[in-house]
Amino acid sequence: MITIYIDGKPYQVEEGENLLRTCIKLGIDIPYFCYHPALGSVGACRLCAVKRYRDANDKNGRIVMSCMEPVSDGMMVSVNDEEVKNFRAAIIESLMTNHPHDCPICDEGGECHLQDMVVKTGHTYRRFEFKKRTFKNQYLGPYIHHEMNRCIQCYRCVRFYTDYAGGKDFGVTGAHNKLYFGRFEDGPFESIFSGNLVEVCPTGVFTDKTLRSHYTRKWDLTHAPSICNQCSAGCNIIFGERYGQVRRVLNRYNEAVNGFFICDRGRFNYEYINNKDTRITQSYVLGNPADSATVLNTLRNVIATNKVAAIGSSNSSVEANYLLQQLVGKENFYADVVAEDWEVLKTIKSILESNTVKVLSIKDIEKAEGVIVLGEDIYQTSPRLALAIRQSIRNKPLRKAQKINLPAWHANAVKTFIGHDRGPLFVAHTEANWLDEISEKTFRKNTSEIEQFAQAIVDHLEGKTLPQDTAQEVKYIIDALTDCRSVAIVSGTCLKSKKIVELSAKIASLLQSRNIESGIYYVVPKSNSMGMAILAEQSMDKLFGSSTPENIILLEPDLVFTDAIKSMLASCKNIIVLHHSRTAITEMANILVATGTIAESEGTLINAEGRMQRYFSVMPPQENVVAAWKWLSSLLGNNTFDEILIKISSDIPLLRRITEVAPDASYRVNGMKIPRQTPRFSGRTSMLAHKNVHEPKPVDDKNSPLSFSMEGTQKNSELGLMSFYLMPGWHSVQATNKLLRELDQVLNARSAGIRIWNS
Amino acid sequence: MERPLTQNIKADGTYCTIDEYRRNGGYEAARKAVQEMESQQITQTVKDANLLGRGGAGFNTGMKWSFVNISNPNEQRYVIANGDEMEPGTFKDRLLLEGDPHQLIEGMIIAAKALKASQGFIFVRWAYKKAHQTIQKALDEAYQAGFLGKNIFGSNFSFDLHLHTSVGRYICGEETALINSLEGKRANPRAKPPFPQISGLFGKPTIVNNVETYCNIPHIIKNGPVWYKALSRSSEGGTKLYGVSGRVKNPGLWELPLGVTVRELLFDYAGGMQEGYKFRGLLPGGASTDFLVEEHLDTPMDFASVAKAGSRLGTGTMIVLDDQTCPVAFVHNLIRFFANESCGWCTPCREGLPWVEKILEKIERGEGTEKDIDILRFHTKYLAPGNTFCALAPGAMEPLQSALKYFIDDFNRHIHEKKCPWKK
Repeated sequence: MITIYIDGKPYQVEEGENLLRTCIKLGIDIPYFCYHPALGSVGACRLCAVKRYRDANDKNGRIVMSCMEPVSDGMMVSVNDEEVKNFRAAIIESLMTNHPHDCPICDEGGECHLQDMVVKTGHTYRRFEFKKRTFKNQYLGPYIHHEMNRCIQCYRCVRFYTDYAGGKDFGVTGAHNKLYFGRFEDGPFESIFSGNLVEVCPTGVFTDKTLRSHYTRKWDLTHAPSICNQCSAGCNIIFGERYGQVRRVLNRYNEAVNGFFICDRGRFNYEYINNKDTRITQSYVLGNPADSATVLNTLRNVIATNKVAAIGSSNSSVEANYLLQQLVGKENFYADVVAEDWEVLKTIKSILESNTVKVLSIKDIEKAEGVIVLGEDIYQTSPRLALAIRQSIRNKPLRKAQKINLPAWHANAVKTFIGHDRGPLFVAHTEANWLDEISEKTFRKNTSEIEQFAQAIVDHLEGKTLPQDTAQEVKYIIDALTDCRSVAIVSGTCLKSKKIVELSAKIASLLQSRNIESGIYYVVPKSNSMGMAILAEQSMDKLFGSSTPENIILLEPDLVFTDAIKSMLASCKNIIVLHHSRTAITEMANILVATGTIAESEGTLINAEGRMQRYFSVMPPQENVVAAWKWLSSLLGNNTFDEILIKISSDIPLLRRITEVAPDASYRVNGMKIPRQTPRFSGRTSMLAHKNVHEPKPVDDKNSPLSFSMEGTQKNSELGLMSFYLMPGWHSVQATNKLLRELDQVLNARSAGIRIWNS
Repeated sequence: MERPLTQNIKADGTYCTIDEYRRNGGYEAARKAVQEMESQQITQTVKDANLLGRGGAGFNTGMKWSFVNISNPNEQRYVIANGDEMEPGTFKDRLLLEGDPHQLIEGMIIAAKALKASQGFIFVRWAYKKAHQTIQKALDEAYQAGFLGKNIFGSNFSFDLHLHTSVGRYICGEETALINSLEGKRANPRAKPPFPQISGLFGKPTIVNNVETYCNIPHIIKNGPVWYKALSRSSEGGTKLYGVSGRVKNPGLWELPLGVTVRELLFDYAGGMQEGYKFRGLLPGGASTDFLVEEHLDTPMDFASVAKAGSRLGTGTMIVLDDQTCPVAFVHNLIRFFANESCGWCTPCREGLPWVEKILEKIERGEGTEKDIDILRFHTKYLAPGNTFCALAPGAMEPLQSALKYFIDDFNRHIHEKKCPWKK
């Protein structure tokens, strides 16, 4: 720790950081545009200027950019000096010469970092009296809307898209005050991470087209913390809702998992929730619409026969699956996978459980110096993880940068210095994939060859003699990794190879025994596959063939509709399907139970690394729709959500800490619930005025400490309960950065989720 | 008077071939440096000569070289000649590039030896088509003679030198933007530190010097620092190429001892003002320097003295303003250039210069107000060094801020008469 002086006051701060980030963490506001915690500093916008003084006798000081200044012991700066305040206002005045001031029709309005910065710096009176420069916009595909006139040229978009995410179809062209940020021609973005531009852009150049198609101002959206269920990464997200429709998805900061970024699949794949054509809004018994009493009675009767099997869902919550299992009995509960997948999944689970090898988080992989990918197409199966692997290749060369006193945050200088130098990444897979181009070596092999290859690495590490050609190949890899401080072995279920999975762990532990900090990460198929691996004891193919059950319950099935499943179902007497959307399987159901989607229910998902994370409903479900866990709970004694958690916690040793994942429903701050709506939420009284002029009472959420209202505490420090980022003066997602101080303190606490296995 | 830099320049415009160059003792200095001198010894000699960078910044060249760590024999290092000469009013490097390319090549070989660099680039302005040809011919000749390539002069020192023709942005004259451009990236300047001496071209230690700077090196090595310093009238070593343009009788370029006065240059060499034109002021070292006026005529044209007079020696090629040219239009023309040449990286330069340009245009049109003068003055402080990412915008403000000092009456006349008094 060193001491720096800001406006005369001493502060103990960490060495090596830049001044801007240090100040943000101290809670001292310095406006900025081009800086981003994940993208580093480049000194382009000049907004974060402060005064720096040589020593106590220096009364004049000089203007420096705080993002580019490393903090040093005894450093004296002023944030509030008049000259530098005027300078910052001048920067805003400059930027506003060309900004169209179209806030009233801009999607960003109300959550615009530029608006915040203009207000913060105090620029009010316009002196520029000439024409503004204008651009033509591009069609950038179905997800992102382009409005170049609003651009303030902070370069964050291109730095994220190309430097961070490796995109090639987007960049900056032109010069002087006619810079154009776009593609070489109209067309959809190629990168699966393009949606992050919406959050990275400090103003309204890149906005969410899906939100735009049913637009609502940010302050009129009801938000809730949720977890993405599109893959096993478990990225933290926020749903935004109005009038019973999900309007958008935002990234929710979780340092250990997704940090500041999510993929487009997670951000834009939500319209199924709103889809009137496919949503099941009414339960049916034998083809007739049925009220909940009828549904429950029918189900009770079926269950009473004791001849019921159930297939859980790897995309549904731990709670719903647990209750279903309770309902039919452990021996009648089946995982929604077939034997070969089940075996691989079980193997992964037992490796994670064995505690013989370190289980890595996505953040750990981002920090690793070497990575081996064995038989998994990460970009397809877990895009956010692929983005983390992409960052890892910088780590080893960064060591050299440190030798010339080049800090990691000095983004462009580091980029130049590192050049094409990259840390060792080896990718062995059956198909060409996204990571190939940045890997030191790519091995295109079929599944059994990858198994042999992994075996060869193990043999080499165990000191066995290998055939000449293999020996060379393997030696090259191991030599490259030996020099690394930390190595991640990444594999998964993609190739259905138990052997690859086992050998991956073996490689990691053998490297560990050579004193190289090593660990594993296994990508699994779905958002709660790991939960399923913990709960279920058998795979569903046991039901195929001769042992077809008389009655079957399927929980929110998301299955490949194979002939085996089809014929199994065809021979059942009763097919009971709990689901939110119509599929081929729901068409076969004779009892169809309407459930809520992830946006309309609460629950816990366990991601690939065994991290339990809680999601909350953003809206109450429609009249005849009920969350799956509630249907099941009604059949089992009507427990509350928290009571169910307590039961799971005592029933299943591995899930002992499930009650700690988030505060329970009784949690209050100063006696108040935590609001899902911002204090600025407007028009609540008029929202439903066309139906009834009386303002309806907000629905009481008995299952969480969140309220469907703007009433409640404004002092929420539980990140896991954070519905929106709003700090005084910070209305955009940049308010996340204001949380940095809190984030540093609470991290690894429950806000990041609870790890089941070692961390 | 000795004129080492231009001794080989021929009046007919053809370049000095390798044979002609060698007849005049060419490549002897390079031979000496490669065969007989240690790297540190070369750098020390250049440092002792007090050769100040001729690109405009005037930093001690030997000192600059000494910042490069040459201890690792396996590390790639680069030397680059900056021949992007796009400063308005400046045409000195062109003479050297077109007339005596071997002098530059020899200087770079010596620099490469001093820095243990195995690769070099000559970065030449796009419009200097003739220079592209002469440099390429000279490079071919030098390769053929064994002065470039592997094992130069039979030593174990190898050095490859390449010509790179720029695509023509003023900012490429800024050494880090030049490096980015050479790498194939956008010509944006880089943040310093790290300086190119530590992390330059492709992240490797790199020295970028002006063409004229390199051309001094062979003479320093051949004749020593004492001789070199004696060439100058000031403490700064050597001769300098001085240019004069504008409405003078004899515009041109001369190699003279550093420290000749403005008056000598203007009247003895450029022949004074043309008939019917009166002297009003001049930019001493290219477009991005402050005006000097009548009272400064006896200022010696060296880095320290011109700085003392409130301007910069810059490239040493002056532009003269006469009484029949409107100072507002004069400055407007320059600012238009700078606004267009801003790379667009940092806010003050990118947005400030076009604003200044628009205001000057408005004043010139006769629609200016006193408030506009305030905005102009505001920008001269707003676009100060340190506030912007590089020196382009502060340089652009130099003619403006000094014009507002010396020619403010002319600005006010535009405003009060609601027209340009120079327009008929």
